[in-house]
Amino acid sequence: MQVTETNLQFFAKQIRFYTLKELQAVGFGHYGGSLSIVEALAVLYGKHLTIDADDANNPDRDYFVLSKGHGGPALYATLFLKKFFSEETLYTLNQNGTTLPSHPDRNLTPGVEMTTGSLGQGISAAAGIAFGNKLDGRSNYTYAIVGDGELNEGQCWEAIQFAAHHKLDHFVVFIDENKKQLDGLTIDIMNPFDFVEKMKAFGFAAERVDGSNVDAIDEAIQRAKKRSGQPTAIVLDTTKGQGVSYLEEKVDNHHIRPSMDDTNAINAALAELEKALAGGENQ
Amino acid sequence: MMGSARLDDKEMRQTYADTILELARNDDRVIALEADLSSAMTTSRLEKELPGQFVNVGIMEANMMGIAAGLSIVGRKPFIHSFGQFVTRRAFDQLFVSLGYAKLSAVIVGSDAGVTAEHNGGTHMTFEDIALVREIPNAHVYEASDSYQLQYLLKKAYKEGGLHYIRTIRKKAVKLYDENETFEKAKVLRSGKDVTIIASGIMVAESLQAAVQLSQMGMEATVIDMFSIKPLDIDTLIEAAKATGVVVTAENHNVNGGLGSAVAEALSENFPVPLYRIGVRERFGQVGQTEYLKKVYGLNAETIVKEVKNRLEVVI
Ligand SMILES: Cc1ncc(C[n+]2csc(CCOP(=O)(O)OP(=O)(O)O)c2C)c(N)n1
Ligand SMILES: [Mg+2]
Repeated sequence: MQVTETNLQFFAKQIRFYTLKELQAVGFGHYGGSLSIVEALAVLYGKHLTIDADDANNPDRDYFVLSKGHGGPALYATLFLKKFFSEETLYTLNQNGTTLPSHPDRNLTPGVEMTTGSLGQGISAAAGIAFGNKLDGRSNYTYAIVGDGELNEGQCWEAIQFAAHHKLDHFVVFIDENKKQLDGLTIDIMNPFDFVEKMKAFGFAAERVDGSNVDAIDEAIQRAKKRSGQPTAIVLDTTKGQGVSYLEEKVDNHHIRPSMDDTNAINAALAELEKALAGGENQ
Repeated sequence: MMGSARLDDKEMRQTYADTILELARNDDRVIALEADLSSAMTTSRLEKELPGQFVNVGIMEANMMGIAAGLSIVGRKPFIHSFGQFVTRRAFDQLFVSLGYAKLSAVIVGSDAGVTAEHNGGTHMTFEDIALVREIPNAHVYEASDSYQLQYLLKKAYKEGGLHYIRTIRKKAVKLYDENETFEKAKVLRSGKDVTIIASGIMVAESLQAAVQLSQMGMEATVIDMFSIKPLDIDTLIEAAKATGVVVTAENHNVNGGLGSAVAEALSENFPVPLYRIGVRERFGQVGQTEYLKKVYGLNAETIVKEVKNRLEVVI
């Protein structure tokens, strides 16, 4: 498949559609933080990551770590679309005995590189992967997505120092700046100040892009790949619940057990997405 | 006291929030700390109701221990909550050094005990929190089995000072106690001559159920709610061991380091009897509903009945 910009938009719609269907199948889950990373996942898995479900252990592959592990449902929808497992499996999210738990588990789910869910730990493992690949002279890339709330954790800043110190220029950290954590707005709970300035002060190259715009994300990754001697941070300006206006506006949208109203709104969003997808990739 | 399995009127988390409110209104030194899980614990309302007595430190469990230590130094009485794994294994060195070794006072509440972490799965399912905190010299370690007991233990910890860890579930537990009970010694909930079942937390209700089934099979069990894993009520334990000659423990926790270990250690040093520990053995957590996970890990009345029968057959 030749990936064009429309394809990335289309892919994002597919990921959003299946993320919602998957969450509906179990009846509750982390809607907000799954939806805000859909565009980033679409660009990574639709264009940049050299990975192949049939050759999943190739040591030269690119690596992706979802450090904010509770976004697992969006990653699973993406991995299903990349043929790592079946649609039937997708709808087992969080069911008794499933291979798709809330938080990604490298020992359970094909395509998952690292077990996450205890916030702050994934970014360290990602830095370790990037460091190891660099030590071994490989030129593959490692990408991680961290949450803006997750960055409260001191461990994140330890990983960030490590990556900058070791000049991990094949390491790209996405910060999903959806302005909310579990209990509310980041600005009320733990002011993040300016992530771009912070990351620069820690030795990263950093820029802020519209995290709902696949082209903007793609271009930022392209710029990151041209850099050497320094890791890159791409701050994604996103909305928690992104792409489903009803969920974007819902105040408590971290973990949702949909009410009747919620379900109706989600069903309407699904119908809309389905219509858009029915037109095919090159509409 | 027991009867059929009636649930508490209140969720444990509401009891936690209500008790903090009550204590804080009477003592302005009380301060509640959360690490971005206050909406999960229903303590968000404390922020408005208790200005200056509540702080959400963000997702920083290790830092929270240090902040609490500092607050304790300047005379505050910190109540710290997060999910059990985050206030123990995530922040253990800070808990050990800044609170334990520094001999400062704090009440730490770890919610979502063991299998009740449900769909949060393996990263969040803690079967080792009691073992960890039990290692800290002078720390008190409790597991609350119902809502009223939780309230009592919170107040007891507040009065006594020092370092206390209280393990809870977040939702409703089976109601075990009336409001006139005290919890200064282990609670003997049922007396029988054949076997002693010692449990804590959600396993107390399972043990009572098991005891009823065992009785129907002609085996009479003593059931003890050993809500205080440290200090352990050794007198009550030995008395029961002497009366029955066989002990089975049951915990929603790893058999190593928790209630089963504490009982085994105390018995083998004081009055060795045949013992079997029911709990999690060499396994991590996983996602699933509580009832399903209880089956997977053998944390239910069925397992207790089976193991008691096994022990009694060996002994007889
Ligand atoms: C160490 C740790 N502490 C607490 C939690 C509970 N928790 C899960 S998600 C979350 C909020 C995360 O906020 P953010 O990183 O901004 O995620 P997003 O907004 O993308 O959902 C919290 C506190 C956790 N998973 N890990
Ligand atoms: Mg966020």
